[in-house]
Amino acid sequence: MNEPVVSTHDGTVVYRPPLGWAVNDSWVLIKRSLKHITRNLDQLLSVLIQPIMFMLLFRYVFGGAIDTGETSYVNFLTAGVLVQQAAFGASTTAIGLAVDLQRGIVDRFRSLPMFSPALLIGHIVADLTRNTISAIIMFVVAFAVGFRPNANIVEWALVFGLLLLFTLAISWMSAILGLLVKSLEAAQWFAFLLILPLTFLSSAYVPTDSMPKALRVFAENQPITHAIEAMRAWMVGTPVDNHGWISLIWFIGIIAVSMPIATWLFRHQTPRSA
Amino acid sequence: MVSENAIVIKDLRKSFKDVVVLEGIDFVVRRGTVFALLGPNGAGKTTTVRILSTLLPPDSGQITVNGYDVVREGDKVRASIGLSGQFAAVDEYLTGFENLEMMGQLYRLNLAQSRSRSQELLEQFELVDAAARPVKTYSGGMRRRLDLAASLVAKPPILFLDEPTTGLDPRSRLVMWNIIKELVAGGTTILLTTQYLDEADQLADRIVVIDVGKVIAEGSSDELKQQVGGERLELTVAQAADFERACQVIDGEMLHTDPESRTISLVSKQGMKQFKQILDRLDDADIEVEDLSLRRPTLDDVFLALTGHGAVKEADEEGKAVGVDAR
Ligand SMILES: Nc1ncnc2c1ncn2[C@@H]1O[C@H](COP(=O)(O)OP(=O)(O)OP(=O)(O)O)[C@@H](O)[C@H]1O
Ligand SMILES: [Mg+2]
Repeated sequence: MNEPVVSTHDGTVVYRPPLGWAVNDSWVLIKRSLKHITRNLDQLLSVLIQPIMFMLLFRYVFGGAIDTGETSYVNFLTAGVLVQQAAFGASTTAIGLAVDLQRGIVDRFRSLPMFSPALLIGHIVADLTRNTISAIIMFVVAFAVGFRPNANIVEWALVFGLLLLFTLAISWMSAILGLLVKSLEAAQWFAFLLILPLTFLSSAYVPTDSMPKALRVFAENQPITHAIEAMRAWMVGTPVDNHGWISLIWFIGIIAVSMPIATWLFRHQTPRSA
Repeated sequence: MVSENAIVIKDLRKSFKDVVVLEGIDFVVRRGTVFALLGPNGAGKTTTVRILSTLLPPDSGQITVNGYDVVREGDKVRASIGLSGQFAAVDEYLTGFENLEMMGQLYRLNLAQSRSRSQELLEQFELVDAAARPVKTYSGGMRRRLDLAASLVAKPPILFLDEPTTGLDPRSRLVMWNIIKELVAGGTTILLTTQYLDEADQLADRIVVIDVGKVIAEGSSDELKQQVGGERLELTVAQAADFERACQVIDGEMLHTDPESRTISLVSKQGMKQFKQILDRLDDADIEVEDLSLRRPTLDDVFLALTGHGAVKEADEEGKAVGVDAR
């Protein structure tokens, strides 16, 4: 682990308070990543436009063709779009880190007497912020096209809590991805290849019982489905079963494993040879 | 406790997989001096700087920076250094000012200090007009200057500058040189790598020449120049047809010939007397001399003599030093 030290001009090194040090450095890099949201057109468009597009496309293109039983398709769909958008949003960390590695910015930060996970934390907090904004936009559109939830305040809190936990878990995993692939194009491509099938092989847009057996077993037991089912249950009153608990265990587990791996990689990974 | 040497490297070795890059480097940098690391492309300069700044672990060797071991006391090393890498590493979406302000805060300046320091540096590096623009609108030279400014925010006692003036126009290069001189006068220790020998000549108290991972010469600029002998005679033959003949007539040691520009240069062993003899011989052979000059050796001559190839960096950065016949 790093030690919180800083040097004075005569060359002597002094210690600084560890907690304040970590908080200060993380905050500085959170501010950096937040500025990227508004200044990077790619990011801004995916935050603002993508949730609207997915909501409208699925609502009107597939809406009539998919049988969701007693629940209206728009009520069924909303949890799916919410989670898929969050997964895409959380992959921005992979892209951001890969770019930082490619441009040598990671080297610069690693040569500073700073709290080293701060750069990762900056990207991840930006993911959380972007996903919150996207979720709000998506809900506005959902309401406009007929989404009618019956959640109470506690259930809304659970929905947002799980959404953030889910984002956090995917962000830490995508930090690992970004640090491994080290280039913008590869990060974009890998994120797309992983997230698209994983989110479609879930109960996001169709009930799983319409799938072939093998796919169904996978879809019903993967964490994304649990997250979607839990949020759907809290919002529109479908059966909640154990989906909430299982999601909680999955995502805390993912965070517990990927956080140390990402931090280790960050300290040891070097940019693609300069 | 402040040791007298800012940097000590003993038997530093580093390989990437099976490629040996550094084969036992030794040198010492005294506090408050400028030290230049010179070498052709691929010599291992950047690798050395990356090891000194804790970005890469060495395979073996003892390396201390500011008295701290780079492997075991990385945190304290990082607290003591500023680094400006070979390629500008600044945030594209932040403005120039925001980049510097961020660096200041990470170096633990408070917000007010960090802002005033950023302003100061933007003025010093002539970036005030561009300060409020995102860096992605900057030219290559502007990025480079901002990157250098970023390494200076905290006034660290030891600075590593990897090719600090590559890509700068002559005016910005002078600005950078002056800043380096001021910093050193204020007690900062600077290790820089460069491809420009006049830069090492101008700035460095001590120079180490490395080639394919080994130190091949070390000393002050004057000491290195003495190694390659005294004054040089350089003459240009008027007619291309006479060039071959002229080379044979002169036939000295350490002859550099360049048929392209019809120039011949040689080291003087006996001074003016020898030059006169050569001119007489050329006259007898009826070879017309167009231009003639006598000059003191430059670091270029040193480099050529030591490495067997030129030091001039090719614009295409292909990583190949120009091969020149060193005989
Ligand atoms: N990450 C790496 N993996 C494999 N080889 C590497 C790596 N980094 C550097 N090298 C090799 O090490 C050698 C020295 O590289 P280095 O960048 O230190 O040279 P340099 O002296 O800085 O050259 P230049 O003047 O071109 O900047 C080169 O042959 C390079 O290909
Ligand atoms: Mg280099």
